[in-house]
Amino acid sequence: MPRKNFALSAVAIVLSIVVFLVPFAFIVLTAMKTRQEASLLDFSWPTQFRFVQNFIDVVQARDYMLIIAFINSTILTVASVTLMVVFGAMVAFTLQRKRSKWNGLINMFVLAGLIIPPAVVPTIWVLQKAGLFRTLPGLILVEIAFGLAFVILLFRAFIGTIPRELDEAAVIDGAGPARLFFRVILPLLKPVIVTSIVVQSVAVFNDFTNPLYFLPGDQNATVQLTLYNFSSQYNTQYNLLFMNILLITIPPLIMFLFFNRQIVAGMTSGAVKG
Amino acid sequence: MATTTVHRSARTRENASAAGRVRAHSPYTNWFYLPAAVIYGVLFLVPTVIAFYFSLTRWSIFDSKFIGFDNYKTFFQEPALVSSLWHTLIYAVLTSGLKVVLGLGLAMLLTSQIIGRGYLRSVVFFPVLVSTIGVGLTFTVLMNPERGLINQSLDLIGITGPGWLTDPSLALISVGLVDVWKGIGLATLIYIAGIVSIPQEYFEAARMDGAGAWDNFRHIVLPLARPATVTVIILSLIGGLRSFDLIWAMTKGGPGFTSDVIASVIYKQYQAGFYGLSTAGNVVLFLVVTAIVLPLSRFLNRKEVEL
Repeated sequence: MPRKNFALSAVAIVLSIVVFLVPFAFIVLTAMKTRQEASLLDFSWPTQFRFVQNFIDVVQARDYMLIIAFINSTILTVASVTLMVVFGAMVAFTLQRKRSKWNGLINMFVLAGLIIPPAVVPTIWVLQKAGLFRTLPGLILVEIAFGLAFVILLFRAFIGTIPRELDEAAVIDGAGPARLFFRVILPLLKPVIVTSIVVQSVAVFNDFTNPLYFLPGDQNATVQLTLYNFSSQYNTQYNLLFMNILLITIPPLIMFLFFNRQIVAGMTSGAVKG
Repeated sequence: MATTTVHRSARTRENASAAGRVRAHSPYTNWFYLPAAVIYGVLFLVPTVIAFYFSLTRWSIFDSKFIGFDNYKTFFQEPALVSSLWHTLIYAVLTSGLKVVLGLGLAMLLTSQIIGRGYLRSVVFFPVLVSTIGVGLTFTVLMNPERGLINQSLDLIGITGPGWLTDPSLALISVGLVDVWKGIGLATLIYIAGIVSIPQEYFEAARMDGAGAWDNFRHIVLPLARPATVTVIILSLIGGLRSFDLIWAMTKGGPGFTSDVIASVIYKQYQAGFYGLSTAGNVVLFLVVTAIVLPLSRFLNRKEVEL
């Protein structure tokens, strides 16, 4: 067993504090300052603590926009991730089990979904024709469409490890396709379901670009768009801006604390195989 | 579980004799493709295909008029737009290069015998989960030329820091560095998974032969972590070429057009009401991404591991 390298450890820990922790400490400190003090932009201990006041100000800003945004983001995240996971699992299951001449084409579409940048204005055009532009259901469908490919990839690898004999046994017992999938297979997919839910929730919650394009307008804001409430070119309220950043970082932080392992598993899957 | 296995083998034999009957009751149905296919088809495939047509039109809210390749001519003649193409490539190559080098280095460090390994892994990874816009706005403040923390700290050791985001020749690179700060955790994680999967026997055999740390790295880790390298390169190239939100949060493409990339041009043209031009930008981005990523991934995945 090689001994621990103390000098290297010390350097690594100091560097990690300077590079990774100081920016987060800066966010927290600035979020507690008064407006004047925050506008100095320096890294210092606040002379007056305004944590509660800033919190109230941020929540109340522009008619409780942050609350509405949190509700919107929650609906968006829950709805799109739920459907994405169910539909993605259904595709991955059929793709993995059923041999057909379409498999090559479907695999190609999955890869295309990962690589190709979505065509923005044509998507808006389609949404408009369907009467879904500027609506939350429209944005939910868009998030599903853009997130499906990654989910299918995660599920397909995992379903390959579930023995086919299980399907046969269920069929002998009289299960049809829906029963087989939802009653027998889906419960076995729990690890990869948790992984995809966590990874995709963080992605959808943090998404800025798609709400910007497909759900513009203040009354529909999602949390990422509220960050622009407090910054204008000449008159930025830095204390409130950083309080806002702090508040919208909490949900991913909770995810990280509880599901660290699943996140790691999801994000590195396929890395070893290439 | 054990009992089902026993039953199962008996049943499988039964199935084989009645293959025709079982086939009629195939438990897999194409209907399972339907919901995903409809959503993906309507909101991803259809827009991707019609983008090629609309990029050839002068297109506003009300109607579109076919104008041939005029949008592309504009795109490749306007200096601000052409430069966005180069910026996109510089940004993608810079960020994915740094993520490979730093990610591999950090992964080596974080798989070695080191104190606080769990803490270090968490702290390196956490920025991946934080809102890109939040990170962008935070670093915009930290990179403020006079009052920002970075230049204040540099002042203390007697260096006059540059205007990270205000210097036209530096803005794009500064945003790229923040991108690396935020994304390095994922690259590191992928490398850690790759390094951990290398069998310990290789290192033991190497020690017998008197190999040092560098030999281990050069002849064991580097070749055997190759799949991880491929993944990191491909993922960060795709991300870098499409990158929009960080650049938008930090510089909005400025100063001037010096940090504009294709994705920010698409947004600006869309905002200005030039939908055809915006869509042409989208098609260009599509072609750039596929022209780089597809051959590269084929090339990288083809080469076999050589020890």
